[in-house]
Amino acid sequence: MKKLVSIKNVIVSLAILIGIWQLLYICSDFSSTLFPSPLQALSALKEMIDNGTLITNIATSMYRFAIGYISSVIIAVLLGLVLGRMPGVFKYVNPSVQLLRPISPTAWMPFIVLLFGIGDLPAIVIIFIAAFFPVLLSTVSAVRNIDPIYIKVSENFGIKQPQLMWKVIFPAAFPQIANGIHLALGTAWIFLVAGEMVGAQSGLGYQIIDARNNVRADILLATIIVIGLIGLLLDTILKIIEKRIPGYVGGDKR
Amino acid sequence: MKIEIKEAGKTYIENGQEFTALKDVNLDIEEGEFICLLGPSGCGKSTLLNAIAGFAPVNHGSIKIDGKEVEKPSEKNVTIFQNYGLLPWRNVSKNVELGLESKKISKEERKKIANRYIELVGLKDYKKSYPRQLSGGMQQRVAIARALAVNPDILFMDEPFAALDAITRMKLQDDILDICKKEKKTIIFVTHDIEEAVYLADRIVVMTPNPGKVKSIVKVPIKHFRERTGDDFLMVRDKIFELFNLKTDNYIEYNI
Repeated sequence: MKKLVSIKNVIVSLAILIGIWQLLYICSDFSSTLFPSPLQALSALKEMIDNGTLITNIATSMYRFAIGYISSVIIAVLLGLVLGRMPGVFKYVNPSVQLLRPISPTAWMPFIVLLFGIGDLPAIVIIFIAAFFPVLLSTVSAVRNIDPIYIKVSENFGIKQPQLMWKVIFPAAFPQIANGIHLALGTAWIFLVAGEMVGAQSGLGYQIIDARNNVRADILLATIIVIGLIGLLLDTILKIIEKRIPGYVGGDKR
Repeated sequence: MKIEIKEAGKTYIENGQEFTALKDVNLDIEEGEFICLLGPSGCGKSTLLNAIAGFAPVNHGSIKIDGKEVEKPSEKNVTIFQNYGLLPWRNVSKNVELGLESKKISKEERKKIANRYIELVGLKDYKKSYPRQLSGGMQQRVAIARALAVNPDILFMDEPFAALDAITRMKLQDDILDICKKEKKTIIFVTHDIEEAVYLADRIVVMTPNPGKVKSIVKVPIKHFRERTGDDFLMVRDKIFELFNLKTDNYIEYNI
């Protein structure tokens, strides 16, 4: 029942969004080449599906995203677990992290393109940077915030490293780490498009630039919609995975 | 001789000021004894327990277990905490097995030992349940099973029943006495509940705050599974009340 209601919410919400778009299209003076209607965007979407460009570009983008995001999450979590247990070391690492963190990953873009050239790597590096800091910092704070009683109990039972890390500290910190991983997913997806707009000749971001160059606003908008839908899909998939991990909510399987 | 505590004291430096949490404690505890550390908050009873258990050793005097100075926690002496300390991502079986995992025991043997103690604390039907699905009393039973599973000599209990309702608490008090008899453990039990101390202890260590020290050690000369309303029970309780100056003088004059 709850699920049905939420599906209803989604449909109504999207219908309103498309309605506003259609209304703006009717009211505005722009030519339909520059500001296409929802229907025109839909037919452009169909065109892209039919000639295969959409699938190829999605596949390219997803490949870059998967490599950049997963490698970033793994390295950031491992580093965060270690730094979280070494407050003395983290004191010296933290200032540098705080300096690098507010720099938009796109600011690195020209530098990365100069170093690695155009292709998969710049987009992957951007995604890596985008996901890295939120995951690292949330892991460090998660490890620091775990209930000290878990450590006390482990000490009492003679549980030593590395068992202490993967049997006790990681699972205890996991809910908060997962939170960081989840937030980073959205950020990383946002920066994938930015990365591909500058540093690549393929992928969804490049498709936007390509559509602009060819003055195909209908393809441009269709691509934007696809980017939004994939972002939503990734978020949903992660939510489903999180729910399936035992103990994520203290073992309550709801 | 099991535990020897000599002139034990603990001082902290807090904001540049020295603070004495525990002062000049002298206490010998025999094997198989049930000792209650009783006192109001701030009397150093938990500090003393943590020191004997090795979590925070004393910085004056000495605490020896079997002739060896206590420096860090050991699997031979397991502590049970007020908030249970169960791992919420592990079910009951896995929680009880935790302490066995760092020993060289086969998986089957581990399961067998865990099952034995889960049954001992009466949770046979909850092996696959997660801590959050259990009541506070049941969670504390899991913690007790987990502690017993590693076959310790001493059980330290830090206000283990303080968070439970009165009826559950009394049930668990009986259970812990039962287990104590069956498994022959030395138990050091911290509480601020006078009745609980009188009901459980062979000897009650009465402690007072500012600074935390032992005021008196009261022997309870009644056989276990005591009658909570019996004369001898009330007499011991009375004695403790007196030690805490909780008895009102009966010399009140009435003017009619």
